[in-house]
Parts: sequence; structure tokens; C-alpha cells
Amino acid sequence: MEKRVTFRGWLLPLCLIAPQVIISAVFFFYPAGQAIWQSLFIPDPFGLSMQYVGLGNFEFLLSDKFYRASFVTTAIFSILVTLASMIPALFLAVLADRLIKGSGVYRTLLIWPYAVAPAVAGVLWLFMFNTRVGVVSWYLGQLGYDWNHVLNGGEAMGLVVVASAWGRISYNFLFFFAALQAVPRSVIEAAAIDGAHFWRRFFTIVLPLLSPTTFFLLVVNVVYSFFETFGVIHTITSGGPQQSTTILVYKVFSDGFVGQDLGSSSAQSVILLIVVGLLTVIQFKFVEKRVHY
Amino acid sequence: MKKLVFGAIAAATTALSPVGAMAQTEIQFWHAFTGRLGELVAAQVEEFNASQSDYTVVASHKGNYSETLNAGIAAFRAGEQPHILMVFEVGTATMMAAAGAVKPVYEVMAESGAEFDPDAYIGAVKGYYTTTDGQMLSLPFNSSTPVLWVNRDAMEAAGVDPDTDLSTWQNVDAVLEQLKAGGEDCPLVTAWQSWIHLENLSAYHDVPFATKENGFAGLDTELALNGEVQVAHLDKMGEWAKDGEFIYTGRRNEGGANFRAGECALFTESSAGYAGIKAEAEFAFDVRPLPYWEGVGNAPLNTIIGGASLWVMQGHDAEEYNGVGEFLAYLSSTPVQAQWHQDTGYLPITAAAGDATRESGFYDENPGTDVAVMQMTANEPTANSKGIRLGSFDQIRGIIDEELEGIWSGDKTAQEAMDSAKERGDALLRRFEQANM
Repeated sequence: MEKRVTFRGWLLPLCLIAPQVIISAVFFFYPAGQAIWQSLFIPDPFGLSMQYVGLGNFEFLLSDKFYRASFVTTAIFSILVTLASMIPALFLAVLADRLIKGSGVYRTLLIWPYAVAPAVAGVLWLFMFNTRVGVVSWYLGQLGYDWNHVLNGGEAMGLVVVASAWGRISYNFLFFFAALQAVPRSVIEAAAIDGAHFWRRFFTIVLPLLSPTTFFLLVVNVVYSFFETFGVIHTITSGGPQQSTTILVYKVFSDGFVGQDLGSSSAQSVILLIVVGLLTVIQFKFVEKRVHY
Repeated sequence: MKKLVFGAIAAATTALSPVGAMAQTEIQFWHAFTGRLGELVAAQVEEFNASQSDYTVVASHKGNYSETLNAGIAAFRAGEQPHILMVFEVGTATMMAAAGAVKPVYEVMAESGAEFDPDAYIGAVKGYYTTTDGQMLSLPFNSSTPVLWVNRDAMEAAGVDPDTDLSTWQNVDAVLEQLKAGGEDCPLVTAWQSWIHLENLSAYHDVPFATKENGFAGLDTELALNGEVQVAHLDKMGEWAKDGEFIYTGRRNEGGANFRAGECALFTESSAGYAGIKAEAEFAFDVRPLPYWEGVGNAPLNTIIGGASLWVMQGHDAEEYNGVGEFLAYLSSTPVQAQWHQDTGYLPITAAAGDATRESGFYDENPGTDVAVMQMTANEPTANSKGIRLGSFDQIRGIIDEELEGIWSGDKTAQEAMDSAKERGDALLRRFEQANM
């Protein structure tokens, strides 16, 4: 028989979930509601007057071919950031997991970049790749490669992807590392006795056992790349050259906080909210089926 | 018990201390200057505070131009706006449209009774911030205009006579080729590409950048930057970019670092680049007027300004506005303006400050520092050259930057890029018109 622990009465459980509910309401539901409300208006920057335009802001956006193009840019950017932050993290976690001595030091060093704020990380990478004084671009120059992310869209995209993924590697590393520690030794030892070599053990046993963590990180990293990367883009490329690094969230930021167009900026946040909501539903519906808990 | 006494003393001192300060009215002044310029502003404020005992101006740095404007707008929405807000020229239309948020400078000056003579200000400077019927809305603070900076050593190294006439783009074209042939890797670099190579280019050749007198005559303005003169110029620049004679370094003034380090021969940049170049350049440099295309339009007419002005925000007491009036009058006074002009390379905002600088012999000791003043004031501004007043201008400049990058990388022709810039910019202008009906 299943044993259940239940609360007597309602007061205690309500008090226990209240902090989470209040935080969600204040920092998520209220602003999201505001965004939806504001997306129906064209306000002036100072908040002196507002004009109701219904879905006019959405119409304006969706009829703009540059806005539509930024969906594609965002998709490319998000896929690259997610891959570039998860694969190296898993690789490093596997290596750190095999260490017998000094794993504490490696662990600490690998987590370090997570403490760097995105905008600061952006500036660091910008310095290294600066076309004039950057260390990396200088070495590339020595190798005969002319690095110029100011005009080359592909290079600019590569740079913002690396800068956005870099700090995330630490975060993903932590989760993978913890998950690896939880893989039962007995299963691995049994496989080893059967003669399976390391990478075979890794792909047939460890990786499937990691799938809940991998799935969680997939969702979290996609959300990260959609919402939290505008600081990096703002400091490195400002969306350029041309429109090659203008992702949706950067446009929300720049239209709202540089262009003072709060109506359009709100409408864009609503669209972004819908896109990420849909993506998460899809992930849970299709990808999660392949996850073994 | 002891604790209680301490607490009481602490409470009493905190309660008492504001009384001493109450005698002085505080004026909040938000600006966007750091580094040397930040120090100079702080010095001006300090001097004003020391010069009288009724008001204390508190200057705060709020980030770059865009961030400062944003901070002011956010503060207004929260009811905590400063008295004086520095807004860059690009934000002018935004501020003008917000009649309920700003108090026009002419009104502040009239009510405060501070010394104010609108005719003392240089027309080309004040025009940017004045209504069509001549009322000054904001006080010009730091104004500059683009000029051509020349690295004489680099010219010589490439075998080009540093005294070559560079007054026209035709001449510059030939020189760029010689520089390239002489082994110069970076013949020409620019800062603020839209401001210099489109907005000023248009004014200088007396062609419109936008319809309705560049937006001065109404919100129903449209961009006209895809005209013949602009396209021809950008076409040529695109060619220079392709041949490695013009090096693109970024949308803002990134190129300044290259020029100051001595890596580039020619540099189109604001006259206010003077302070930085003088401090850092380890080569012989000089300042020339911005080149023009000989035989095109009415060139050279006059160039227009960039920089920022000071806006007074609504919602404060009359006594505080008196203090604002006094401070603005102090900033406009001849010695303060003359000093500012000489320290920074910004244009003097009054004719008297220019005259005082000339009389002090500053221009003779620092040749070229008057180039910007002469270029601005050479001719009477026309409807095409008194300035540009467009809503969402910051965003429109962003669009122009994107399209220009298309030309520099060879993805688009100048005509395609400017047609696209017009189409996209016009959409934003219509939105701004709608938001401010």
C-alpha cells in the first residue's frame, strides 16, 4: 500500500507555497499581464497619452519582413547557443567525473565563468576579438585569416554565440556533473566486466541515464538563449552587421529602451512569450517521450 | 539605557542635518559625460555652486546619451524627474513632442528673470532647438560639427604632400588612391557614419535629408536620403571600401582609436574629437573643413550640429525653476562658454564666446580650432541645412547603419540600401506621427 503524508488543514500548506506564488505573481504574472495590455496601445514615451490600436502593433510587426527574418536568426542563434553550451559541458563533466585527485579544484575553476555577468562577458569577448587590438584576432591575422566581425555577419554570429554560451557551460557542467555522480557504479562495472569499453559504456548506459538532466537543461538553455542574451548582443554587435545578429529579444530591448517604442516592444514580448511557450510544450510533448526517468 | 541615548542622539542629528541644507534649493542635473568631459562639467557645476549661496546644482552621470534619455523618461514616469536633463540632438523630436513633460527654456528664463538674450546665441546652433517661430525650447550645451582630421606623418610616410588641398571629395579621392599605393593600410576612417556621410552631406550640399524642411515643418515628414547626391557619395565610399581605401570600424566612433593610435591617415569625425586627439596623438595632425563634392548642389553651404542640449522638465516648484534659470544663464555666460569651447573643441553657443576666444589668441596658438566655427557659420542656413528633426531618430539611425553596412560589405548597391532605409525609416516616422497626434 502506498504511504501518503498529508497535511492536516489548509493553513500550513498555503503558507508554504505562498512565497513561490507571490514571487511568481509579482515578478511574472503582473509584468506579463502589463505587457499584454500595453501591446494593444501606442503610448508616447513619457506616458502622457495612449492610443488604443487593437492588434495594430502586431500587424505592424508581422508585415515587417525584417522582423520575420529575425525569427530565422533567432532559431539559428538558439540552436547554436544550446549546442555550444551543452556539449562541451557534458564533455568536461565526464572528464571531471573520472578524476580521482584534484576534482574539487577543476570543478571550482569550471564553475567560475558562471559568476560573470552577461554584459561583462560580452565585453571580455569583444576585447579578445577586437579587430584592432584583440589578442585572438591578432593571432588569426598571423595565420593569414582576416577577422572582421564588424562587417562579416557569420563571424559576428559566431562571436555572440560563443560569448553567450561560455558562461552557460559552467551552469550546465554543474548539472551534468551531479547527474554523473548519481549513475550507479554497479551498472557500469557490470558492463565493464562484459567487456564494454569506455565510450560504449558512455553511449549505451550513462547517456540514457542522464536523459532527465539533459532534457531539463535543453529546456532551460533554450529559454536562456531566447530571453537572456540581449546584454551580450548589445555590447558586442548591437544586432549588426546589417541584421545578422538581431534576435527577437534584442529587438524587444532596442525598440523599447533605445527607440522608446513601448507599444511595439510590448507586442514583441507577447509574441516571444507565445513562441517560447509553444516550444516548451513541443519539447514536453515530443522530446520528453524519449526521456527515461 | 546607553543604547537609547545613542539612538536619541543619532535620531536628533539626522533630523537636524537637513535644516542646514534647506537654505539652499537643490537642482538635479543629469548628464551623459564621463572622462575628461565629465570632469569639465563637474568643474562648471562646482564653480556655479561656489558663486552664489541660494542654489546647489547636483550633477549626476546617467550613462551614455541613450541611457541618459531613458533614465530621464523612466524618472518622469515615476514622478522623480530631474530639473535639467541632457538630451542628444537625436532625441530632440521626442522631447519636443512631449509638451506635458518639458518646460521650454524661453519660459523658464522669462519666469525666473535670469539674464537671457535669445539673439546672443549662434543661429546655426540654436536653430536646431528652436521652434519655427523662434522660441528656444532647450539650451544648446555641447554642439559640434564634423571636420576632416589629417595625420600629417602618415601622409608623408605614404609619399603624399601633407599640405595637399583636401577641401573637395574629388581631391580626397585622388589622395586616397595615392595613400593606398604608398602602402597606407588605412587611408580613411570615419566616426558616426549617418551623421557625417548622410545628414551633414545633405545639409552641406543643400539637398533635403527628409521632406517638410527635414521634419521641422511637421510630423508628416518622409526621408529623402535616397536622393542623387547621397547615393552618388555612398557609391563612391562603397568603392573606396572595396578597394581598401575606406576602412569601416563600427557604427559609433570606434575609428577614433585607430586614428589616435596613428594607424589611419584621414578621419572624418566631430570637431569635439579635438580633446582626445590632442591628448593621445603622437604624430603631427591638423584639422580641415569637411570635404564637399565640387559642382554638386550649393556646396559648401554649412554643416549642421551634433551633440546635446539641456531640457528643463515639468513638475517642480517656481523657486527651483529660478535656480535652473540662474544656472542656464551662468552656462551661457561668455567666460564659461569660451573656456568650454577651448577645452573641448565643442562650438561656442554664443557669438560673444567665439569673439572672446579669438581675442585671447587661442585660434592663433591652436591652428584649426576655428575651422568648425567657420564651417558652421559660413552661410545662412537654408531649410535643408538648419538641422534635422525626426521622431524615432535613434532607431532610424540604426536602420541607416544597417543599410550602410550592406554597402560597405558589397551586399547592396548604394541605391538599393538607401531605398530600403527610406522605406523602413518612413514606417517608423508614421508610427511616431501616430503616437504623437
